[in-house]
Amino acid sequence: MAQSGRPGQFNPGDMEIPKIDKKFVYPVVGVILIIWLLLSSVYTIDADKVGVIQRFGRYTTTTGSGIHLKIPFGIEKVTKVSIKNNYKQEFGFRTQKAGVRTQYKTGNYLAESAMLTGDLNTATVEWIVQFQIKDPIKYLFKVRRIESTIRNVCEAAMRAIVGDKSVDEVITIERELISTEVAALMQTLLDEYETGIDVITVNLQDVNPPKAVQDAFNAVNEAEQEKERIINDAQKAYNKVIPLSRGQALKKISQAEGYAINRVNRAKGEATKFMAIYKEYTKAKEVTRRRMYLETMLEILPNIKDLYIIDEDQEGILPLLQLQKGKDSK
Amino acid sequence: MKIAQAGLSVLVFLIFIIANSAFYVVDETEQTILLEFGRPIGKTVTEAGLHMKVPFIQDVQRFEKRILEWDGDQNQIPTEDKRFILVDNFARWRIKDPLLFYQSVINETGAQSRLDDIIDGVTRDIITQSRLIEVVRTSNRIMMATGENESGVVEIKDIEQVKRGRKEIARDILKKANEIAPKYGIEIVDVQLKHINYIESVRQKVYERMISERLRIAEKFRSEGQGERARIDGQREKDLQAIESEAYRKAQEIIGKADAEAISIYAESFGRDPEFYSFVKSLDTYKKTLKDNSTLILKTDSDYLRYIKRQTR
Repeated sequence: MAQSGRPGQFNPGDMEIPKIDKKFVYPVVGVILIIWLLLSSVYTIDADKVGVIQRFGRYTTTTGSGIHLKIPFGIEKVTKVSIKNNYKQEFGFRTQKAGVRTQYKTGNYLAESAMLTGDLNTATVEWIVQFQIKDPIKYLFKVRRIESTIRNVCEAAMRAIVGDKSVDEVITIERELISTEVAALMQTLLDEYETGIDVITVNLQDVNPPKAVQDAFNAVNEAEQEKERIINDAQKAYNKVIPLSRGQALKKISQAEGYAINRVNRAKGEATKFMAIYKEYTKAKEVTRRRMYLETMLEILPNIKDLYIIDEDQEGILPLLQLQKGKDSK
Repeated sequence: MKIAQAGLSVLVFLIFIIANSAFYVVDETEQTILLEFGRPIGKTVTEAGLHMKVPFIQDVQRFEKRILEWDGDQNQIPTEDKRFILVDNFARWRIKDPLLFYQSVINETGAQSRLDDIIDGVTRDIITQSRLIEVVRTSNRIMMATGENESGVVEIKDIEQVKRGRKEIARDILKKANEIAPKYGIEIVDVQLKHINYIESVRQKVYERMISERLRIAEKFRSEGQGERARIDGQREKDLQAIESEAYRKAQEIIGKADAEAISIYAESFGRDPEFYSFVKSLDTYKKTLKDNSTLILKTDSDYLRYIKRQTR
């Protein structure tokens, strides 16, 4: 076909171009055209996505998952938007590689995490936000660069909430509450901008006092522990002494009671004994008296070592006694 | 008819060229104005779809219809109470009047630098007129702090009250900025204070204050512990004394009562005949006291020996 022209440059024997029969050209072109037509008019949407259809740039409809037809040649354009996917943004840190042992990028994200608290202290807060596209039309057509909008809104919302809490509330007391409050505030702002974004969760990760202050915060915890320990020690010392002394007190009382019983019983016994003797005594006073006296003497006298009998008229008995004593000791 | 066929081809081609220039597509994300020989003539189109213009003479200038971002740089601003803070804010804006926008700032780059001027300036004005607490806090909600009483939390009392708060300051910035922005065909949708932080030198001071505050609380805990220990120690001594003295008192009472009862028992029985009692008791005493080593001297006129001298009385 192109062999005419300069014969010196082309050797017809080298290039054997197969002759194409003219009647095949049109069907082949036709088939190619049909394939192109099909490709540009058929599209599929995955299960987790929707297709947003624009005709001449204007939004017409949204299609669900499956195979669909559209007007070809760029008249209708389809944009696929994932509506089931959870997107995540990290603040104050970056995950480098998620896994069993997640690795975090080292780097300084203090600009994101450092913030002022309501008592004009500072805290560093790290958190994540998860969100979904709930309205693909707003998502595509209302706001440009939604990711950066979400990040900015989230940072502003976190600071607005943290700015109204004391550092203690941020770190411990109201930690749980912050997530929900930030999520709510974020949602309000994102709705105001018509982003079509649905905030699923806000999760606080590490919430800490600034590094320079952490030791002092730990000192408070230690002091709290120490306080408990001191109190326990004192309680221990108390417990060591008081129950023992209660027991000892009961012992003393019991001893006194024992004494009392003993004393009264003895008194009663002696009284009864006396009364018994007295009863008999009254029957024959003189005789009984004498008998008792003599019986007693009988009992005593055999045991007496020295018995002296002195006549009442006798005088000067004492020297004699002394003499006797000196003899004994020799 | 070769010529007719060629003419038809040319005509079709021409129609295609003209149609291509007469129709234009506006996307949902766009708004357009028309330029005539490069001169803007307005005819703003915000509706997406297929539109017509005069071919060849008019050109389409496209602008964003979506909300656009503006992210400011960090600025060091003193507050009304003379504290230096770093303020970083962001805004969302849109092209409200594309024609005016094109005439005054031409494109987004021009708009960004204009927004820098407007928002940074307004922010500076408003923050220098506000106290730091107004910029940080939103409301006067009561805040709690750790551990200065039994329940572990206590209300923070000595804190400045907020009159306007962060939200209103942001709203003021937005309002003021929107007084200027319309002349560039721009509408600012929202301004938010993103970062607010102390400058480095102030930050160190704040850390020092936070440290001393913590140490104060720690000291409080420690002294609370020691105080409690002293209290328990005191209680221990008191209880000990009470228990011991109570026991002593009770014991003495019991003993005294028993003694008294014994006395009354004795008195009742022995009182019948005191003389006989002393007789009996004396005999008893003799038995007990006059033992092996005793020396007894008896006179012959004693009761016992009275018969030794005389047989009769």
